[in-house]
Amino acid sequence: MTVSYINTYIKNIIEDDIQLNNVSVKGEISNFKYHSSGHMYFTLKDKNAKIKCVMFKTYGYFLKFRPEDGMNVIINGNVSVYERDGQYQLYCNKMDPEGIGSLYLAFEQLKKRLQIEGLFEENRKKRLPLCPKRVGVATSSTGSVIKDIINVASRRYSNVNIVLYPVKVQGEGSAESIVEAIEYFNKINDVDVIIVGRGGGSIEELWSFNEEIVARAIYNSKIPVISAVGHETDFTISDFVADIRASTPSHAAEIAIPSYNDLKYRIGSINSSLISILRSKLINNRLSLKTLVHTMESKSPRNSIAQTMQYLDIMQNRIVHSMESRLLKQRSKFELQVEKLEGINPLKILSRGYAVVEKNHAIVREIKVLESGDNVKLNMQGGFADCKVIKITEGSLWQQGKKK
Amino acid sequence: MATRKKEVNFEGAMERLEEIVSKMENHELSLEESIKIFQEGIELVAACNKKLDEAERKISVIMKNAEGKLIEGDFEPQEE
Repeated sequence: MTVSYINTYIKNIIEDDIQLNNVSVKGEISNFKYHSSGHMYFTLKDKNAKIKCVMFKTYGYFLKFRPEDGMNVIINGNVSVYERDGQYQLYCNKMDPEGIGSLYLAFEQLKKRLQIEGLFEENRKKRLPLCPKRVGVATSSTGSVIKDIINVASRRYSNVNIVLYPVKVQGEGSAESIVEAIEYFNKINDVDVIIVGRGGGSIEELWSFNEEIVARAIYNSKIPVISAVGHETDFTISDFVADIRASTPSHAAEIAIPSYNDLKYRIGSINSSLISILRSKLINNRLSLKTLVHTMESKSPRNSIAQTMQYLDIMQNRIVHSMESRLLKQRSKFELQVEKLEGINPLKILSRGYAVVEKNHAIVREIKVLESGDNVKLNMQGGFADCKVIKITEGSLWQQGKKK
Repeated sequence: MATRKKEVNFEGAMERLEEIVSKMENHELSLEESIKIFQEGIELVAACNKKLDEAERKISVIMKNAEGKLIEGDFEPQEE
């Protein structure tokens, strides 16, 4: 018995077993190798044991996700023997992740990978044009998506041009046709913005918008892309890569296409602002000019001279006036003094009948100085008289009178 | 590329207009300068209005003609 013989014998036994021809095995992947031939080699294990596995390219082609070490999967396939090595193996024709759907797993994997690569970066996203003339749409030519977009466009800005590139939105070749549309718009047809989308559906139906080639086509587009896939709550890879995500096709049209009325209003109000600002500037300038002219005139030399002359006149008047009043004061002061003087002028007293009595050249002020027989001189108004005293009586003249 | 250039002009024009209004409001400019950019502004307003109102509505679809070349034709919305 040769080794070849024993190995073939064992293989036949295994392949004859009906159960082993169609098994479903649950386990954890380890030692995963993606061979350059496209075949996948790995080990499936549980707590206690492991088995070698191979998944040939033809079956691996249908895998949506990438198997990784540590992943828990459910393998469908058959057990057989690799005769050369005497190795029995599990030949895999179908692999599903345990717990979650394989599509969902694929979605998570691609999302993570592209995110790390930077395809979702915010600062990379392009700004949408304010007023696009041409809007490119990549969607089904039937269905409500294109109708909704046309309706919204007609409402908001009826002059906008819409260019539809019909694509398959699901199934075989869908991702490729979406890529075609985006590349067409970029290369040949000059639109200002692209809307990519489809109506609602299951993850399988929306799947082409999660494909890597679509993501890269959106990323590489020089024209801004709006992604409008499924309903409000559906998120696809296209949504993350696109420059803007819209929750519905109508929403996408609203984002892409401005309201004609709003733009007209904005232009109109800018126009009004320009006019009113300039008008108020002109008015202000006119006022400034008036003030300036006024200031200039008041500061001009001619005005100065006139002012000065007027000032001189006023000053002159004031001086004259004050001189006059001073003179007046002086005069009345003088007259007052004169009056006073005249009041005490001894000569004036004489005119009233008083006499100045002199004895021996001395003025007699009181009676006691005199004796009868004295020679006295009486000075009075008009001259003097030499007199002799006859009799002396003391006491006031008025009292004399009364005594009598 | 003609439409792309037009588009840049519209947006650029609107931005320039807002810049002009802001400059005039700020009292930085002399009367002469104000009049100058006012004129620029009025011209831009006319240009923007013109761009908004020109162009005719058109809805077209890309399809392959007999030779397999891609051409643009009128689109009639079909029922599903």
